[in-house]
Amino acid sequence: MTATTLSETAMKEGAVATLRRGLRLTPEFRRGIGVTLLLAALATAGRIVVPIAVQQTLDHGLRSGGRGPDLAFVRNAVLACAAAVVVTFLAGYVMNVRLYRTSETGLAALRVKAFRHVHDLSMLTQSGERRGALVSRVTGDVDQISQFMQWGGLMIIISLGQVVVATALMLVYSWQLALIVWVSFVPMAFGLRIFQRKISAAYLVVRERMGDLLSAVSESVVGASVIKAYGAEHRIAERVDTAVDRGRAAQARAQALVATTFPLSEVVAALATALVVIVGVLLGVGGNLTAGELVAFMFLVTLFVGPMQAATEMLNEAQNAVAGWRRVLGVLDTDPDVADPGEEGVTLPRGPISVRFDDVSFAYPAGPPVLRGVSAEIPARRRVAVVGETGSGKTTFAKLLTRLMDPVEGRILVDGVPLADVRFSSLRERIVIVPQDGFLFDATLGDNIRYGRPGASDEEILAALAELGLTDWLEGLPRGLETPVGQRGESLSAGERQLAALARAYMADPDLLVLDEATSAVDPATEVRIQRALDSATRGRTAVAIAHRLSTAEAADEVVVFDKGEIVQRGPHERLVEEEGVYKALYASWAAQKAL
Amino acid sequence: MPERINPQILRAGFRVLGVAVRTEPLMFGLSVAASAVYGVTTVASAWVLGRVTQEVILPAFDSGDAEAGALAAGAAAILGVAVFKALGVAGRRFFAGLMQYNLQAEYRRAVTRQYLRLPLSWHHRHPTGQLLSNASADVEAVWAPIAPLPMAVGVVFMLVIAAVAMLLVDLPLAAVGFLIFPAVFGLNVVYQRLLGPRAALAQQLKAEVSEVAHESFEGGLVVKTLGREDAETERFAERAHRLRDANIAVGRIRGLFDPMLEALPGLGVLAVLWVGSIRLDAGAIESGDLVQVCYLFTLLAWPIRALGWVLAELPRSVVGWERVRAVLDADGSLPFGTSTLDSNEAASVEVGNLRFGYEAGEVLSDVSFTVRPGSTVAIVGPTGSGKSTLTSLLVRLVDPAGGTVLLDGVDVRELGPGAVSGAAALVPQETFLFDDSVRGNVVLGSPVPDEEVWAALRLAQADGFVAALPEGLDTRIGERGTTLSGGQRQRLALARALARRPRLLVLDDSTSSVDPQVEARILHGLRETAASVVVVAYRKATISLADEVVYLDRGRVQDVGTHRELLDRSDGYRDLVNAYDDEIAIEEDVTA
Repeated sequence: MTATTLSETAMKEGAVATLRRGLRLTPEFRRGIGVTLLLAALATAGRIVVPIAVQQTLDHGLRSGGRGPDLAFVRNAVLACAAAVVVTFLAGYVMNVRLYRTSETGLAALRVKAFRHVHDLSMLTQSGERRGALVSRVTGDVDQISQFMQWGGLMIIISLGQVVVATALMLVYSWQLALIVWVSFVPMAFGLRIFQRKISAAYLVVRERMGDLLSAVSESVVGASVIKAYGAEHRIAERVDTAVDRGRAAQARAQALVATTFPLSEVVAALATALVVIVGVLLGVGGNLTAGELVAFMFLVTLFVGPMQAATEMLNEAQNAVAGWRRVLGVLDTDPDVADPGEEGVTLPRGPISVRFDDVSFAYPAGPPVLRGVSAEIPARRRVAVVGETGSGKTTFAKLLTRLMDPVEGRILVDGVPLADVRFSSLRERIVIVPQDGFLFDATLGDNIRYGRPGASDEEILAALAELGLTDWLEGLPRGLETPVGQRGESLSAGERQLAALARAYMADPDLLVLDEATSAVDPATEVRIQRALDSATRGRTAVAIAHRLSTAEAADEVVVFDKGEIVQRGPHERLVEEEGVYKALYASWAAQKAL
Repeated sequence: MPERINPQILRAGFRVLGVAVRTEPLMFGLSVAASAVYGVTTVASAWVLGRVTQEVILPAFDSGDAEAGALAAGAAAILGVAVFKALGVAGRRFFAGLMQYNLQAEYRRAVTRQYLRLPLSWHHRHPTGQLLSNASADVEAVWAPIAPLPMAVGVVFMLVIAAVAMLLVDLPLAAVGFLIFPAVFGLNVVYQRLLGPRAALAQQLKAEVSEVAHESFEGGLVVKTLGREDAETERFAERAHRLRDANIAVGRIRGLFDPMLEALPGLGVLAVLWVGSIRLDAGAIESGDLVQVCYLFTLLAWPIRALGWVLAELPRSVVGWERVRAVLDADGSLPFGTSTLDSNEAASVEVGNLRFGYEAGEVLSDVSFTVRPGSTVAIVGPTGSGKSTLTSLLVRLVDPAGGTVLLDGVDVRELGPGAVSGAAALVPQETFLFDDSVRGNVVLGSPVPDEEVWAALRLAQADGFVAALPEGLDTRIGERGTTLSGGQRQRLALARALARRPRLLVLDDSTSSVDPQVEARILHGLRETAASVVVVAYRKATISLADEVVYLDRGRVQDVGTHRELLDRSDGYRDLVNAYDDEIAIEEDVTA
């Protein structure tokens, strides 16, 4: 199925624009950022305390005019520096905590906002995206930003600060030596970029291979019964071995790249140090530098190594974070194409609903028309069965009726009000669809049924199940309403899931109940009973049943026959079965099977 | 949940590390050797700077005259030591990585081998998700401490040399080091102990946030149609906020300890300067010695933390190890006999007094029936009557609690490996296709020529759509390939069984998504093959094609006979199959 997808605006804009927009959407990030940055400056300034202390001690303490150490000076200098170290430690601590608090608060808000937005998108958009991708918008993508905030962002602040203060101090001591240090490190920065690209590419391969490996392993688990029934263990073992070997080879390659790149900065630092010693001594001989300053330079060079080594990873993290931002913004930028009119919308009074389709057409984006000029009227309290072959447009009809999608042309009226003008809160209360796939949440059966009417008591649920004729079924379950249904309800059979979904919708007590092949997987004997129960349960309500079995059509007030996106016949079963047409053919083939 | 580091976990962790060292002695040796080079050169680089200060810089500044030879020698020494240090770092990282990856690869292989070896009954007792994470996340966790291990060993080496170097310089100065470095180490251990449980909680909450999102989006239709977006958002927000709090708690610990670990060596250097100048005053050391020790402090501050990293990974590693071991130590493979089956004719099956049960209760009791060679037997019964269990017993995917299954008169438990799968083919209820080509999915590694693949596809009524696929037999299907409809998938699974020319074909409701007319053609075709057929069926059309029907209810054989006979004499059977009438869906696959 083709369907609309998420907005791509964010994919096209620059990183800065993305970040600016992202920050606008989450004002939590900016709260108190000034103070935090000030603290960051203070914290990184602490990194040069030690070189200064060494320089001062050497130049003024130990070599004060060749008279031996000035112990009082050294003591004072050491104490002053110790105080500075403690202050920077405190500044660092406070900055970290502030940064964590604001960023995590902002990210939690962003997560929730994106989550809500995904739910607001129409089924059309939701089904156009792979569900896993949507999930990662509110999990992995936000985690990526979070990780950056926790590690990368912090490192960037600290590293930049460290390089800046180290450079500043170098310039105070000697601009010539500062220049030497910079010139030594600059080519390295560019070289690392190249390595970085190679490393990224290598890790991309690693991730792909690991994905292959996982799917090979998962086949050995998920396909266990086939593998064993066919004695195909060797073949699967071979596949796993190949995947394992390929994965390891990719890992080794990536590791080799990292292992050669990482220590480069050590060599560059040593080169810088050696040059500093040579030029420093020459400058010193000329009287332009003190011995302490030169030694301090050797300490300052080490301050460049850390940032260099971390730079590639920081860049990676930053890129990932921006990519994460973009994907999250991609969700938030997508306007829901089926919008809630909200406060301005109409609230329908309770009571049986009538429906009118006015020349309604529908097509998926870039797809052929699915419904063509459908007009129909369903009076209040009428129970209608919709029949037709697969692909005739029945389900689309149901989805439009419940406003899971909007028609491309024409309009739909409920109680004379355009469906698009009805507030969602009112719409969802009054019109409920029971989809074919009875999705259940990982909770107890009772909780799942209660989903239809939050706050309903166990007694009310039991009463509803009794009205649907499902008491026997419930009693057959080991723990009754307390039975855990498992993920997606998988501990229950497909038929049982449909029963629970039906009960859930029934609990919601809608005025218009739409059943989309809602009992297709139910045990046939049970279905007959449900059919009977539904007959009485839907009495006095409007009901539209997409029929899976023609017995449903036989029991309905009226049958609507769809063929190739159009309504071709409608009327009571007794009449249609006599008429020449689609229905008669459908019925004949059904009856033939039945007669065996 | 991995918790704090305690002596017990430490012991268990070191045992795991011991396994790693024994399994990969070469890689471990190489990486530790490289790491030792790194350790020595790190201490040496401080020594070189101390010497350069003492022998080159200070004399030059004092005399106002630079001696070119000494200067060049000093610079060369600084560079030379750095080159060796870089080689040490590179070697350490590379070999440590290889060691880790080798171990991961080996254990992934071993775990998967177990999955392939262990019987289906074992698989049934373990959730899929758990088995997958045993082979991936758990194996990864077990060997996570391997990456920093050589570094940690190297650091221990480095510390010993540093201690010796400092002692050679001056005892009081060394004493400062002996105070500071254990303090850095101790602080780091406390750090990791406090961080561990908090980080684990954050990790767990991250998974929970993901679970809620996944479930909620998957149930999007329900959420939307019942107008429960607000309630769902609240449910999600609750988790998201707990995750936020957990992350902030992690941040508090990190935010406190990182700057502290940064500050401590700095304070150490200051202490060295203070003590050092007193010692200098006393004439016990030279200025160069002082520079050397200060520089050493600066260099050692970071690597010393590697010891903490290994410790931090240990609890997770131990938990992973226990899980992986549980798989590797699991036994209970189906023991094989030595008998063989030589016939080329359709197989006969005799099921006698078969019993089978899960924990919840008995699924099959006292089931007996026979399948005559070449006949088709339908198994009919309501949901939960034990039909699927019976099919897995027939092809010995599981063994019964009592009773026998005789294939050509031989108990399946006495047959040698491969004998059952060579004679009988089961097509399970849920179609499973491998991420492979159509051909690969049909032959499953056996050397079957293409003509026979096509023949099997024809019998399964799958030749038409396979021929229409873009690359025919080579079209990739499965997870990342072409999407097939349910009916098409089922027909491929059937072809897979037929390609093996089974003498017994067991179909567990395996044509449920196939259009009835196509199904009828398939069943007619099957009668032409030299196979006995056991088919779990719902449709009357299917059932009426069988020579004999076994009517199963609540795990017991209620009646055996032809469809007509059972219709006549069994009320339960009549009710059941007549209810099935309605099952005939008018729109099923009609257009396929």
